[in-house]
Amino acid sequence: MSAAHTTGDAPAAAVEAPSRGRVTVPLDDDAGSNPAPRPRRTWKHTLRRDWVLYAMALVPVLFLLVFRYGPMFGNIIAFRRFRPGGSILGDEWVGMRYVELFLNDPNFWNVFANTVILGGLTLLFCFPLPIVLALLLNEVRVRAFKRVVQSISYLPHFLSIVIVVGMVMQILSLQGTVNQIIEAFGGEAIPFLQRSEWFRTVYVGSEIWQTVGWGTILYLAALTTVDASLYEAARIDGANRWRQTWHVTLPGIRPTMITLLILNIGLFLNVGFEKVLLLYNPLTYATGDVVSTYLYRVGLVSNNFSYATAIGLFQAIIGLVMILSANFLSRRVVGASLW
Amino acid sequence: MTQSALTATPVVGAGKSVGPRDSKGYKAFTWFNGSFLVVLCGFMLYPFVTVLAQSFSSAGAVKAGLVNVVPIGFNVDTYKVVIANDLFWTSYRNTVVYTLVGTTIAMILTTLLAFVLARKNLRGRNFLIGIAVFTMFFNGGLIPNYVLIQTLGLKNTMWAVVLPGAISVFNLLVMKSFFENMAQELEEAAQIDGLGWWGIFRRIVLPLSKAVLATMILFYSVAIWNDWFAAFLYIDRQELFPVTLYLRNMIAGASSTASQGAAAAGSSKEAISANIQAVTMILTIIPILCIYPFVQRYFVSGIMLGSVKG
Repeated sequence: MSAAHTTGDAPAAAVEAPSRGRVTVPLDDDAGSNPAPRPRRTWKHTLRRDWVLYAMALVPVLFLLVFRYGPMFGNIIAFRRFRPGGSILGDEWVGMRYVELFLNDPNFWNVFANTVILGGLTLLFCFPLPIVLALLLNEVRVRAFKRVVQSISYLPHFLSIVIVVGMVMQILSLQGTVNQIIEAFGGEAIPFLQRSEWFRTVYVGSEIWQTVGWGTILYLAALTTVDASLYEAARIDGANRWRQTWHVTLPGIRPTMITLLILNIGLFLNVGFEKVLLLYNPLTYATGDVVSTYLYRVGLVSNNFSYATAIGLFQAIIGLVMILSANFLSRRVVGASLW
Repeated sequence: MTQSALTATPVVGAGKSVGPRDSKGYKAFTWFNGSFLVVLCGFMLYPFVTVLAQSFSSAGAVKAGLVNVVPIGFNVDTYKVVIANDLFWTSYRNTVVYTLVGTTIAMILTTLLAFVLARKNLRGRNFLIGIAVFTMFFNGGLIPNYVLIQTLGLKNTMWAVVLPGAISVFNLLVMKSFFENMAQELEEAAQIDGLGWWGIFRRIVLPLSKAVLATMILFYSVAIWNDWFAAFLYIDRQELFPVTLYLRNMIAGASSTASQGAAAAGSSKEAISANIQAVTMILTIIPILCIYPFVQRYFVSGIMLGSVKG
């Protein structure tokens, strides 16, 4: 329903798009010395000339409207009572009822705190470590060795979360490697996955394992673009290796760092929903339950669609606000931004 | 890159200069760095190695927690058991089908849109880019997505797994910037020769984009291959499960028995399933490991392209 609605809007919306001053076929570019003022191109003209392009974009745009924008409109059920089997946009307006409901829900604030802590820890470790690793890799002069290390460190990124969690469970099980080591040193085996105080460590640790290598790609790419003459200049000024890194390399990759930081901040509250869902259990809810897993249980397990949608909308809006403000701040402070 | 530039530099000190790079401290650092990276690789590989070792070990050894790096009581019986299981094969086949169909759809949609968005003179281009990019930062959320899939009648069909992920905006932007960097003259020449947009797309642009196409095929197929959540949400019928969901149910089952009665006699059952789990994991990873070395060199350049402009 919302799909049909949005689809109908597409051509109309396209018409409103800001018209660009100079619209030419690439061919016209060569006819440089055209004395007469260019006639204003009408949409009719544009469509006749470029209809093939618009036709090519049609299906992908429809896809975006249905599968991306459709659910956005579906968020309206956060403010309307939804009955399974009833209208997909809900049956009646209830205003801010569901919003108030979760704002007054102590469980919600508990999972919100968990989300912030888990997201914060992930950001704290998973953002800087790839930079460190990229700097270390950059110092490797044996190319083959460098390539092997890179290939190995990317590998976990290509695994399914199910497999990662399976591996985590095996290694941390009572007979697993970690507990064998603990016992070898005379300690007592710890049931890591059943203890809520270990959940964050397990989560962040496995996150580092899976993402650190992949995270270095962009930094390594950025490092190759740092101007070599800057290093020379620094060396003439007597900078040692460490000072070269500090004064040349790091500023050189700063735009990349900031871009990735903004993106990470925007995804802050989306802490690995799927991984938490696979990794946690009722024994670790105390620290493991995050907003998205909570809304999953409220919405799809307890069938409270409207309530869960309200929570999801709240989370998405916070994410949007955070990414916009991070972007705004970084443009103001350091002059780099995503757009 | 920078290194070679540094080493090759003849300007400073013509030969006899001992750069700071050769100082004792730096030499020590090089050694430390090398060993650190070796240890790191060990950490990265350990989970793979241990799962591989378990998959070839006897159930008793796994149960006793004896298997770490080397298989103990080497046998391939568990492989035989898993491969003889019909449900495993059904899920595995499902995963292959989902990956092929999903990647094809995703590649068609993404490539078409990226090609159109790369036409800098196209009217309404910024608007189209805008609606795509906005979805990176704001999404409909779990429940509205679920309701949508349900309403479209896609529940319990492969389309629920295959369709929703068809355009990844990140991939779209990478492709768009690749197409933008392609030589404009080539397209103009083609246009003079009477080729329309469709012809340019098919006969000029696509053949010249093999590297980026390979990267995108890898990204999409790995994403679909690894996905379990869409199937978990939208598919109730076991015969439609992808292998990741099959594995997830196995792991979830094992961990619930483990938490219920680790001390009870049920632990032997758990150990057998640890064995079977290991085999299932290995069989699920294998296709990725097989294509990984071949497409690896492409994806680094693909990602670098994307980084030029977020």
